Amino acid sequence: MIEIHNLFKQYGKQPLFKGLHLNIAKGSVVTLIGPSGSGKSTLLRCINGLETFQDGYISVDGQKLHGVNEHSYRKEQEDHTVRNIRRKVGMVFQQFNLFPHMTVLHNITESPTHVLGISQSEAESIAISLLQKVHLEEKAHSYPGQLSGGEQQRVAIARALAMKPEAMLFDEPTSSLDPEMIEEVLAVIKDLVSEGMTTVIATHEMVFARDVSRHVVFLEKGEIVEQGSPKDIFYNPINDRTWAFLSRFMK
Amino acid sequence: MNNKLFFTRIIFLLQICLSIIYFSSTNSFAYQNTLEKIKDSGVLIWGFDAEGGAPYVFHDLKHPPKLIGFEVEIVEAIARELGVKVQSFQNAWDSILLSLQRKDFDIAMNGIEITPDRKQSVLFTRPYYVYTEQIVVRASDNRINQLEDLHGKKVGTLYNTEAKRMLEEMGEVAVNIYSGQVEPFKDLSLNRIDAVFVDLPIASYYAMPNPQLRLVGKPVGEGYYGIAVRKEDTALTEELNKIIEKLLRTGELKKIYGRWGLWNTAQEKLFLHEEFLQKYTENFPSVSENASSTVIKFLPTLLKGAMVTVGISILSMMLAVGLGLILAIMRLYGNTWLQRISTAYIEIYRGTPLLIQLYILYYGLPNIGITLSAFAAAVLGLGMNYAAYEAEIYRAGIQSISKGQTEAALSLGMSKRLTLRRIILPQALRIAIPPMTNDFIALFKDSSLVSVIAIVELTKCYSILASASMNFFKLGIITAFLYFCMSYPLSLYARKLERKLRSHDRNS
Repeated sequence: MIEIHNLFKQYGKQPLFKGLHLNIAKGSVVTLIGPSGSGKSTLLRCINGLETFQDGYISVDGQKLHGVNEHSYRKEQEDHTVRNIRRKVGMVFQQFNLFPHMTVLHNITESPTHVLGISQSEAESIAISLLQKVHLEEKAHSYPGQLSGGEQQRVAIARALAMKPEAMLFDEPTSSLDPEMIEEVLAVIKDLVSEGMTTVIATHEMVFARDVSRHVVFLEKGEIVEQGSPKDIFYNPINDRTWAFLSRFMK
Repeated sequence: MNNKLFFTRIIFLLQICLSIIYFSSTNSFAYQNTLEKIKDSGVLIWGFDAEGGAPYVFHDLKHPPKLIGFEVEIVEAIARELGVKVQSFQNAWDSILLSLQRKDFDIAMNGIEITPDRKQSVLFTRPYYVYTEQIVVRASDNRINQLEDLHGKKVGTLYNTEAKRMLEEMGEVAVNIYSGQVEPFKDLSLNRIDAVFVDLPIASYYAMPNPQLRLVGKPVGEGYYGIAVRKEDTALTEELNKIIEKLLRTGELKKIYGRWGLWNTAQEKLFLHEEFLQKYTENFPSVSENASSTVIKFLPTLLKGAMVTVGISILSMMLAVGLGLILAIMRLYGNTWLQRISTAYIEIYRGTPLLIQLYILYYGLPNIGITLSAFAAAVLGLGMNYAAYEAEIYRAGIQSISKGQTEAALSLGMSKRLTLRRIILPQALRIAIPPMTNDFIALFKDSSLVSVIAIVELTKCYSILASASMNFFKLGIITAFLYFCMSYPLSLYARKLERKLRSHDRNS
């Protein structure tokens, strides 16, 4: 469903991705692991157009984004494609990024009503059922500032789901959370995965990565060092660098 | 709020402002000939500055809104001869000839000396009064007895007068220039200056009843007051000349000057005669008379001025808030050219004095065919000036919203425009409200600057009434209180609004 082909990206003169390839099939669950600065987040942000890249392309369900240096790059065309991709792919951020001036319910209904043109009452009933799914229906009329971090992140997930995405990107969804709140968020993600949602997760939670994903990608310095099933990566890493990274994380 | 409502509302506010400005603009195209216009409309519009004060034209202390003075009587006589009514037009004396040229009124008559300089820009009728210049000193001061003694002294005089020109010609005189007639005498009593050198009618009226002051030396520098009309109005001038001649011959003019104790002094130069002094003090209303008991009577006039202040402030703030938002958006999200235009606008408006901007709007624009009414110029001037500051407040507010908000909105499929309107601006506005309220309160007070373009708002009302009654203190307290009554509810409201908005994210 998501195809990343020969991706080149650099910040100024500092190269990050030097010809990266990755395919993510429909219904698959992929975790991206690797040290900070390895490009996990950047890769997710490139997929839904929050970052541009220089060369190569990213195709999401047939919608193709081009590198800015490619001959076929046309700004208006790319903007159009980006919006189409964003409607198909939901994203959850490390910092939750809920809209502080809106209630929880309003956070969730905002985009469906304004972007998809769904009626307010329909959007609200969808929002309520999503809040039930993340166990927060009693918080519908609270403001984000009144919620804990874990609750905010669950609302953020519900908000992304309200757009009925075909795939979800999680950018270190538990990294800003206090330890006691991590589980409640991971549980929600596990539920989602079990329903067959195509999911890409950048995470430092190795146990979670091992348990939830079908495919693990180890990134370092913008390169895919090794990828495979959780069993292969976590118990039989081929590459020394993978082994070195995991030995630091999994004790 | 639905999709397009937010921008629609801003555009609607701007439209209101613009249409008010449009409909209140003066119509200056209807008549070529002012005399015809006066006769057709049955109204002679007379420009003067009541702040200039007695005995020319000033507010009757017993009935504050009513104007009295020897010039009021002359104008009424002229209007009667023309078969029309007088409509008065208050205008700052400094800019009275400019306003005449912009057709704010038909004639300017307010102790305007006929000088070669002025003759270049306007037409004068035959003189209606012969004036002389007079030195006034403190009664206890014996140093100054004649014009030459003013050398090396601090001398107060009035802006734009023949007396000022004479002082400057003398050299070696420290000249203090005033725009009101009361202030130089106040400063003289307070030892701030050594002498006052002004036209005799002013000197007589203000200094004579004051035991602390006295007139010294022979009157010097004889000159003429004339009625000023626009250069092209030769027919009107001729008509006015005929009327003045008639008033002279019938003795009516003499009677008017007689009532004000001006005939003898001015025309026969007998002003320092004992007999005249006696008559003078007897005959016209003394300045200090009734001053304290009339303060309450001034209240309706002050309230009227306050209404003007409120009207101008609210309209110009609406303009500033709307235009400021457009400028901020242009600067932050526009293409290179829009950014440059917005930046230039903000820098120019912040980097130049509001007073100059008002003068340009009011007196400068008529040169390129745009004649705004004083009210419109005031609202535009204040609004456009404050828009520059509001734009920066919006910009600071928008930039303080974390990038994550934009990214979250975009990742939900919202367009950039929708993100700005629904996510960024509502949060930025909340941050902008406290500084904007401060600005609005400041604007309330800055609105007093618009009095330079012939608007009689609260501060102008105050200075006119105060210089007429000499009651700067009580009226000052009342005026300050009126300003406070207007701005304090605004601060309260802003605080309440801020609290309400903040309660939404009280834990974050």
